[in-house]
Amino acid sequence: MSLQTSRVAPIIGRATAVAFMLVAIASAANGADIPLDQRRSGYLDLGRDSKAMQDDDTINPATLWVQDGEALWNQKAGAANRACADCHQDATVSMKGVAARYPAFSAARNGPVNLEQRINLCRSEHQQAQPFAYESRELLALTAYVGRQSRGMAIAPPDDDRLAPFVEAGRKLFNRRIGQIDMSCAQCHDDNWGKKLAGSLIPQAQPTGYPIYRLEWQSLGSLQRRLRNCMTGLRAEAYEYGAPENVNLELFLMWRARGLLLETPAVRP
Amino acid sequence: MARPLINVPAKVKRGQVFEIKTLISHIMETGFRFTTTGDKIPRDIVTTFSCSYNGEEIFRADLYPAISANPFFDFFTVATESGTLDFKWTGDNGFAESATAKIVVE
Amino acid sequence: MGKTKPGATRRAVMLGGLAGGLAATIRLEPAHATPERMRAAIRTVVGEASIRKGRVDLEVPPLVENGNTVSLAVSVDSPMTATDYVKAIHVFNEKNPQPNVISVHLGPRAGRAKFSTRFRLADSQIVTAIAEMSDGSFWSASADVIVTLAACVEGI
Repeated sequence: MSLQTSRVAPIIGRATAVAFMLVAIASAANGADIPLDQRRSGYLDLGRDSKAMQDDDTINPATLWVQDGEALWNQKAGAANRACADCHQDATVSMKGVAARYPAFSAARNGPVNLEQRINLCRSEHQQAQPFAYESRELLALTAYVGRQSRGMAIAPPDDDRLAPFVEAGRKLFNRRIGQIDMSCAQCHDDNWGKKLAGSLIPQAQPTGYPIYRLEWQSLGSLQRRLRNCMTGLRAEAYEYGAPENVNLELFLMWRARGLLLETPAVRP
Repeated sequence: MARPLINVPAKVKRGQVFEIKTLISHIMETGFRFTTTGDKIPRDIVTTFSCSYNGEEIFRADLYPAISANPFFDFFTVATESGTLDFKWTGDNGFAESATAKIVVE
Repeated sequence: MGKTKPGATRRAVMLGGLAGGLAATIRLEPAHATPERMRAAIRTVVGEASIRKGRVDLEVPPLVENGNTVSLAVSVDSPMTATDYVKAIHVFNEKNPQPNVISVHLGPRAGRAKFSTRFRLADSQIVTAIAEMSDGSFWSASADVIVTLAACVEGI
């Protein structure tokens, strides 16, 4: 392994070499990852009308939340009476690329945090305001607004060694059989993507557009909500919102989707 | 919380037929759903949507529970003169929402 | 002895009773749209007038990913002048709990008799759009829609 890394490193770069190494280790232990060039966003499997809904901001219901997020961004909050804009100024500039590299390592938490948790950390630490509840309208609106600023950009997990053990923990969760149905995420989304499950197409589960307007929810929702739906679908007890397992899974999924373009906020069935 | 999302062209020519798109945030609870303990969730829908162009109604829709959450409408009208488009939504539990958009006709 | 056969009378009474019993059963069942209820809902709007097929274009995806949000576009072939225009477009369904979907009221100021919205379909079924013209005539179009549901849903 180390011989391979040192041979590869001068040509491609350390981050990619680490990535290749992780893939090599993982493939040996767990069975087939989707080859990088075969990965695809769930957008490509949408019907014509759902694609049109996503492509046009004027008819995408998620825009309602993005609008709300913009208003919240500029609204003073908390005991510090500070708005996001007071520190971060124009989100279209300062937030560009942020969602594409989350979850990221938080020194305060000594572990990864997703975008929702990062926003809440800002609220409590810098605005002295109450954190927003998971899946609350406010938190979804802010996440959608921040995420929107990375639309069109490649998912770029941070080159941060401190994240490696958490990515690995996420990978283990992805490959672990759970629930009364006793199946793992990988069995559907790595091994059987493109086939049908009860009439619905099995996607690769690339989180390219979160938070999404899911037709099933008739509302905007986070990646964690979607993961919990899957766990419930397998008749397993879903991890609570904000649980480290969910964050590690998110982290692994974003690493698995590295290089795919972000579509936030997307539409999905 | 969310403002209605209205989309009209910025400028139109007199006599031109132009497109109007509207989208609002509303749960459109059908009244046919039940909680896990078997209680009926009461109906809560938008029942009427109307659009007036300089005071004259040009479009009206009577909605039923079959209309999806976050009701969306896309419709057309003829550009007569510059002015204001008024949008109104009314529904169960005293729901009332309104919005306006300016239209410039040359 | 009377002309009526006792067996026939008994049969008539039994059939009448059975019909009454059946009617009672139908009344007690939870209300659901059926093809009959859709036809009744259409009659409420159209009255005794005849409904002709044509002039209406009903656009629904033939295969729907999720019945919660189905795109619907209805357009009617009409010059939309002051004397010849579409007064209203009514949309009905067969298998939702209620047969009505939407009623749209138009006039000559619409310029184009076309609207789009999103609606819910509880199951694979037929959707019908009826256009009411200024001359009192009614025109219709129908579409057969297959509805698939999301595989991993939320509630237990």
